[in-house]
Amino acid sequence: MSLYRAELRRLVLRRLTRWATVLGLAVLATVAIGVFLSNQKIDDAARAKAEVAAEEHWQQQVRQTEEFRAECEQAAARGDQSDRFPPDCSQISPPPRDVYSPDQFLSSTFDFRASFGGTLIAVAAILALVGFVVGSSFVGAEWNTGGMMTMLLWRPKRVTVLLTKLAALLTGLLALAVTTTMLWFGSFWLIATTRGTTEGMTAGAWQSFALTGLRGVTLALVAAVLGFGLASLGRHTAMALGGAVGVMVVGQFGLGVLLSLTGAKFVEAWLLPTYVQAWMQKEVVLRDWQTCRVNPFGQCDPETLTLTWQHTSGLLAAGLVLILGGACWAMRRRDIS
Amino acid sequence: MTAVLEIEGLQKSYRSRRRGTRNALDGFDMRVEAGQVHGFLGPNGSGKTTTLRTLLGLIRPDDGRMRLLGHEVPADLSAVAGQVGAIVESPQFFPHFTARETLSLLATAGEVRSTRIDEVLELVGLRDRSRERVKTYSLGMKQRLAVASALLKEPRLLILDEPANGLDPGGIREMRALMRNLSETGTTVLLSSHILAEVQLICDSVTIISLGRRVAFGPVEKVLAAHSAGTVRVRLETVADLPEASEALTRAGFRVTREPDHLLLSGVEEAAMVTRLLAGQGLYVSELVWIDGDLESVFLDLTATAPAPGQSRQVDQSAKPAAVGQRSTGGWGA
Repeated sequence: MSLYRAELRRLVLRRLTRWATVLGLAVLATVAIGVFLSNQKIDDAARAKAEVAAEEHWQQQVRQTEEFRAECEQAAARGDQSDRFPPDCSQISPPPRDVYSPDQFLSSTFDFRASFGGTLIAVAAILALVGFVVGSSFVGAEWNTGGMMTMLLWRPKRVTVLLTKLAALLTGLLALAVTTTMLWFGSFWLIATTRGTTEGMTAGAWQSFALTGLRGVTLALVAAVLGFGLASLGRHTAMALGGAVGVMVVGQFGLGVLLSLTGAKFVEAWLLPTYVQAWMQKEVVLRDWQTCRVNPFGQCDPETLTLTWQHTSGLLAAGLVLILGGACWAMRRRDIS
Repeated sequence: MTAVLEIEGLQKSYRSRRRGTRNALDGFDMRVEAGQVHGFLGPNGSGKTTTLRTLLGLIRPDDGRMRLLGHEVPADLSAVAGQVGAIVESPQFFPHFTARETLSLLATAGEVRSTRIDEVLELVGLRDRSRERVKTYSLGMKQRLAVASALLKEPRLLILDEPANGLDPGGIREMRALMRNLSETGTTVLLSSHILAEVQLICDSVTIISLGRRVAFGPVEKVLAAHSAGTVRVRLETVADLPEASEALTRAGFRVTREPDHLLLSGVEEAAMVTRLLAGQGLYVSELVWIDGDLESVFLDLTATAPAPGQSRQVDQSAKPAAVGQRSTGGWGA
């Protein structure tokens, strides 16, 4: 317990932890402020104004159409056969009134039920990034500066030291993630109340958002464990960060290009971001558009592949076992110099 | 006397596809008695740090037995870790933490009372600089902090690897006094150092390691007596004759160290043997003096690491311990 307390304190004292947290929160605050500023509350006056604007635009369009038809008929009378007008001037008709919906002339407004779910992906992404960087640095810097060796001189139980450190990291990140997610819920509820609408928020909708938030927090924790495990395996922060860049740039981009060239079906199914998307949105439906190319004149009915959050959870579990298990094994077996 | 540290037949090899197998420790033995300041000496790459790391559970040995404070290690290391303070090689700390934060984190992890932090800061002379970040510290100050961290546990055994590294002369003297005081209060100190004059001054006993094996051990006076006896300085009528004399003496089995205007011979039993041999070669001795050995010359002699004019010695070029070693035949490091 004392080791856990010391590691928790070390985590909080570290500059990178503080800076990464502040930076992550600053990005999220910027997003929230941006959403607040770019949306407006829609009241009856705004709706009436939009009605008038829609009517005016439609009237203007009708006038312009009438003028154009008149020009067309005059040209037909002159025997002008240029391409500027259609052969039959009666084809020129004004657009129907309902094309100009008042909604098009309303300011953007924040619909909590329709839009909040998407913003949770941003929170999850930022928290996962903070978790990965802080997690990898938390153990990588220990290896790099000799702190791990010093700690093992005090507590010569290698795996216990490693896992206690991980437990402290996850505790800190969980506190940050839960607080941030709750603040996010609160901020956007406030935005929706003042600059949009909170209509339609049923118990089911709340439950869905809560589960999405929970999956976001879980994703951040998993990212932290992966960063921690990779840095511990390589005994350097750069191992995790370099590994992540390598996987994303070479593995994912390269693999994507290669699979596209070979004409493989459902290329996205091989790419990690697809699984992250499936995790956050519960499912992602992939379509094989190549079937449409085979029959270009018929109706496009592509073959589909549905990836669900359960698929992603399997993938995350396998990654965790492989990387954290490897880190524990290496910690136990390898000499410390 | 009770032994606080015992090592027997310790072996550690490093295997590399390119460079083959290198024996860092090749059946090393060691014994440190309670309450002593024990010097641990050896040339670079001889296995000192490997021994300390193995003892502290950082490196897994291939073979051998080790006991710390009566407990088998590494199996029972947890039981004694709280009583062993150690610094191994260069002190390394988080540069952005203060000395106080660094010690406080260790104290929390080791369940050490917090008042001990002030005590050790006072002891190593960092009291007034304890709230400054470690990155602003000089090497000597970091060394003091490392010693403070090792002392935090109030250890029964203190293992210090090059503690005087980077210290100013005053600091070296303070460190010497500190080790003496600790020894007087019952703490055993194992001191690994290359400052041999310092070791000779403060250590009760020494172990000398070369190429992973013990080449000498025991109380300092006994090691000096056993290994410096038979050292003579020889001057010839003409300095130009020194190379020829050196060759003749080496052929006869003496260990010869050439100096610009004289030769140092070790392993001499009778001075007459030298004069007779040289006279037989037509080389005439102008001075032959028995000299008292110091730890440095004993060390250089035992490890064969004395610099030779015109030669650059490589790190692994040390004495072959089998020729001069004193392997134990039984018992802990005896």
